Amino acid sequence: MAIAAHEETVHGSGHAHPSDLQYVYVALFLGVVTGAEIVLGYRHPNALIIGSLLTLMVIKFATVALWFMHLRFDSLLFRRFFLTGILLAAGVYIAIMMTAFQFFGNDTTSVPLNKIPPPARITR
Amino acid sequence: MTDTIVHAPIPDQSEGHHTSTGLSNEKLAMWAFLGSECLLFGGLISVFLIYRNKPVGVGPKVSQIYDIPFTSVSSFVLLMSSLTMVLALAGIQRGDHRRARIWILTTAALGATFVAGQVYEFTSFVREGLGYTTNLQSSAFYTLTGFHGVHVTIGIIMLLSLYTLSLRGNLPTEKAETVEIVGLYWHFVDVVWILIFTVVYLIHP
Amino acid sequence: MALTEERPLLELTAGDDEVRQPLGSFRRPTSTTGWRSWITTVDHKRIGILYGATALTFFAIGGLEALLIRAQLAQPNGQVLSPERYNQAFTMHGTTMVFLVIMPMLAAFANYLIPLQIGARDVAFPRLNALSFWIFLFGGLFLYSGAVLDQIADNGWFNYAPNSGVLYSPGHGIDFWTLGLQIAGIASLLGAVNLIVTCINMRAPGMTLMRMPIFTWMALVAQFLLLFAIPVITVALFLLMFDRLFGGNFFVVQKGADPLMWQHLFWIFGHPEVYILVLPAFGIVSEVIPVFARKPLFGYPFMVFSGIAIGFMGWGVWAHHMFASGAGPVTVAAFSLSTMFIAVPTGVKIFNWIGTLWGGKLQFTTAMCFAIALVSQFTIGGLSGVTHSISPSDWQQTDTYYIVAHFHYVLFGGSVFGIFAGFYFWWPKVFGRCLDEKIGKIHFFTWLIGFNLTFGPMHVLGLQGQPRRTATYADGMGWNLMNLLSSIGAFTIGVGFLIFIFNVVKSRNNVVTDPDPWDARTLEWATSSPPPAHNFDISPTVSSLDEWWHRKYELGDDHKLHRREHPESFTAATPPENIHLPSPSYWPLIIAAGLPFIGWGLIYSYWLAGFGGLLTFVGIYGLVLEPSVDPDAGHHGHADTHDTHEPEPAAVVAGAAEAEEDADQ
Ligand code: HEM
Ligand SMILES: [Cu+2]
Repeated sequence: MAIAAHEETVHGSGHAHPSDLQYVYVALFLGVVTGAEIVLGYRHPNALIIGSLLTLMVIKFATVALWFMHLRFDSLLFRRFFLTGILLAAGVYIAIMMTAFQFFGNDTTSVPLNKIPPPARITR
Repeated sequence: MTDTIVHAPIPDQSEGHHTSTGLSNEKLAMWAFLGSECLLFGGLISVFLIYRNKPVGVGPKVSQIYDIPFTSVSSFVLLMSSLTMVLALAGIQRGDHRRARIWILTTAALGATFVAGQVYEFTSFVREGLGYTTNLQSSAFYTLTGFHGVHVTIGIIMLLSLYTLSLRGNLPTEKAETVEIVGLYWHFVDVVWILIFTVVYLIHP
Repeated sequence: MALTEERPLLELTAGDDEVRQPLGSFRRPTSTTGWRSWITTVDHKRIGILYGATALTFFAIGGLEALLIRAQLAQPNGQVLSPERYNQAFTMHGTTMVFLVIMPMLAAFANYLIPLQIGARDVAFPRLNALSFWIFLFGGLFLYSGAVLDQIADNGWFNYAPNSGVLYSPGHGIDFWTLGLQIAGIASLLGAVNLIVTCINMRAPGMTLMRMPIFTWMALVAQFLLLFAIPVITVALFLLMFDRLFGGNFFVVQKGADPLMWQHLFWIFGHPEVYILVLPAFGIVSEVIPVFARKPLFGYPFMVFSGIAIGFMGWGVWAHHMFASGAGPVTVAAFSLSTMFIAVPTGVKIFNWIGTLWGGKLQFTTAMCFAIALVSQFTIGGLSGVTHSISPSDWQQTDTYYIVAHFHYVLFGGSVFGIFAGFYFWWPKVFGRCLDEKIGKIHFFTWLIGFNLTFGPMHVLGLQGQPRRTATYADGMGWNLMNLLSSIGAFTIGVGFLIFIFNVVKSRNNVVTDPDPWDARTLEWATSSPPPAHNFDISPTVSSLDEWWHRKYELGDDHKLHRREHPESFTAATPPENIHLPSPSYWPLIIAAGLPFIGWGLIYSYWLAGFGGLLTFVGIYGLVLEPSVDPDAGHHGHADTHDTHEPEPAAVVAGAAEAEEDADQ
């Protein structure tokens, strides 16, 4: 994670930050993507629509992080901190969701409420 | 080595950033904290996603009462507050303090609009019969979005503090990094909403 | 501003005189002796001592709870505790030992040692460091405050749902537990951020990452684990709190909630947590063993990378705590495999320790004895861990005393033995006093015997089927003898602890003058004992791993090591004058003091919560607006020892209002 931050430091006021106008363009882009998302959101959600929505979401996320949060211009170390958090979160939580959505085993989630069987065994 | 005399500061320690990596402590700390926050929001989002697929016993499903046009507008407002935030930072870095103050205040105002929108959304949901305790989904929904709203509110408080400091002349250009760090927090709250808007509001089975 | 010093720092030490603080409201504390100096200190060494003392106190409390448990179980049909009290005893025992003993004890070592080992003057954010300690302390006190009202958590340290819900746990015990751990969690998170930034940014010139002492490395990995694991348990605790206090439905099975949700969240935190508890202890013994084997650590880079590997892999094994929960065959198989794999980097460490010992000139000091005990006893625990990574065998073992045996071999035989190795090793550095070696040996052997007597038989009991978390057992199960032995062992450990305390008290007269009594290797031994407030009179520069060792020894023409007459240490004859340390502050204490009121308020009356919230809020502003170096305290100018450069605290205190601290500009 933190290794070799030294060499990769792109730091200081020397590097060029985007101009205000560029920021406005980025925001316009974000606005357009949001518009597209809203349009897609009204379609019947099939795999393609959901896939596109998720892609657009990632694009927006990355745009804000890279431009507005300056990850494009700043030290790699910052990027690594953030990415470690994102990837760990994605990893563990997607794993839970897969078990809970029963990709992994027998389904209990879609059992209607009144049919939930009594617990097989009482622990205490 | 013994001749590294006490009084002679180690080179480049006296001004600016003088750390092992050359990075500012405060900014590094903020990024570490944001990395941690990913797991916090990730947890709340996935709890919501899992519980959304469960059958509701009582009350409406959240997805039945979403007001997508309304939420789209407030999402857009929050998104644009990221633009004004970054403009505020550019302003203060340039030494244009008046402009920076205007943008800081605008950002806070946009944030406040978003929070107000959320309050309105919550009250209208409650009126439609979806209270916090109504069912699994409602607890998860209010907790997730409310938690995000609290983050926005904290951001607003920080922005207003920055504004006051700047007015009092306590936020000179050398301290632009303070604005940058608050900005990081603000943008983070914004990207979290980008996730929530898509996976909570737009995609629902 | 002028950099001139009006008074040398070291002479500032007189009395309790107060200097007016420019922002009004509070007089700025300036004392450096007496109780006031302790509650306002921002010195990482004092904060480390505070952590250690608090944790030792909780160790005594948690130990008494353990003795209650063992007294109850010494014989069949025990009558010492009612079933309710028994549940409370094992719950508070586990919670205390994990959250209020081992975690803060390791925080004590990390706080005290990291800045010294990397050649810094302090941590990156000294005042935040004080804040972490006070928040931890108030969190612990809050957790125990329920006992006054007889509201004690009784659902185990893992606090499984749905038993934790209002329906099955109607009292307020669980509320105290959830809120207390959330408060303590804030402390850990702030501490983690602080120490991570410290390790990355405050290293002395030349101290590259691969020259960092191994303890610092392992503590750093543990801080990363904390950084990412604390938010996960925070989510779980937060949701449970909302269930219990505001009628949420997250764990209410009657409303369709998934009872496994809690287990997932808790163990995603829980498994990284066990490495948080043990990695720094590994770091401690990795410092102790080379010193007393008179050899450099065998395979330093492997030690570092296996630590990092454990840190990463620790995130992919949590469901091994849920093999019996019906998580599904693919889940069980996947986590079974990943659990077997995680034993590999752990094994790497064991072999490296053996490699260090191999062929060394071993000196069996008490510290060394504890360190070697860690290597051997932890291995037993690691092996029993591997036996329950095999899920069919775990279905036999889970929820029995076999599990209790496993985790005590890793936690007592690992973390606690490591911590005590650290005590005996660093005591002369921290206090300038030595713990007595003879008494130390007695302590060690009492513990070694007591420990194995207590937890060894539990393996057998577990395999014979005695369930854990159960208040008593019937006669005639064949469990009587082993239980009795186990209880005798537990009281032996208790006696050992008293011997240790006696040793501590006695050490007051045992002054050591040599700042480096063990002929050790790392930078903390190159300054006086106890180190001065500014750590090093001369700012260290580093050119190798084990820098202090290399300063002391050189390879002669005869290819033998020779000790240099006067190694270059970092102490100066005349104390330095130009070092500015951050000034003490009341605010961390005030911020922290608000939190338990918020907790009590949420349980009993929102008025209290409002009061607590106000206190914390005002405290945050006070801390942020207060200049970190008191401009009136005789340290004029900005902190030119950058090492103590103080934060824009909002960077870390998310709840903090952002502001500036340069009121003197
Ligand atoms: C060699 C590496 C390890 C392996 C393969 C391993 C495996 C396991 C497994 C499979 C369990 C679940 C048993 C069950 O409940 O049925 C378990 C429980 C436990 N382990 Fe480990 N473990 C290892 C190392 C550690 C370490 C280093 C620690 C702490 C420092 C630790 C602390 C615990 C605790 C506290 C529990 C019990 C949790 C509870 O149910 O209350 N383990 N271990
Ligand atoms: Cu585990």
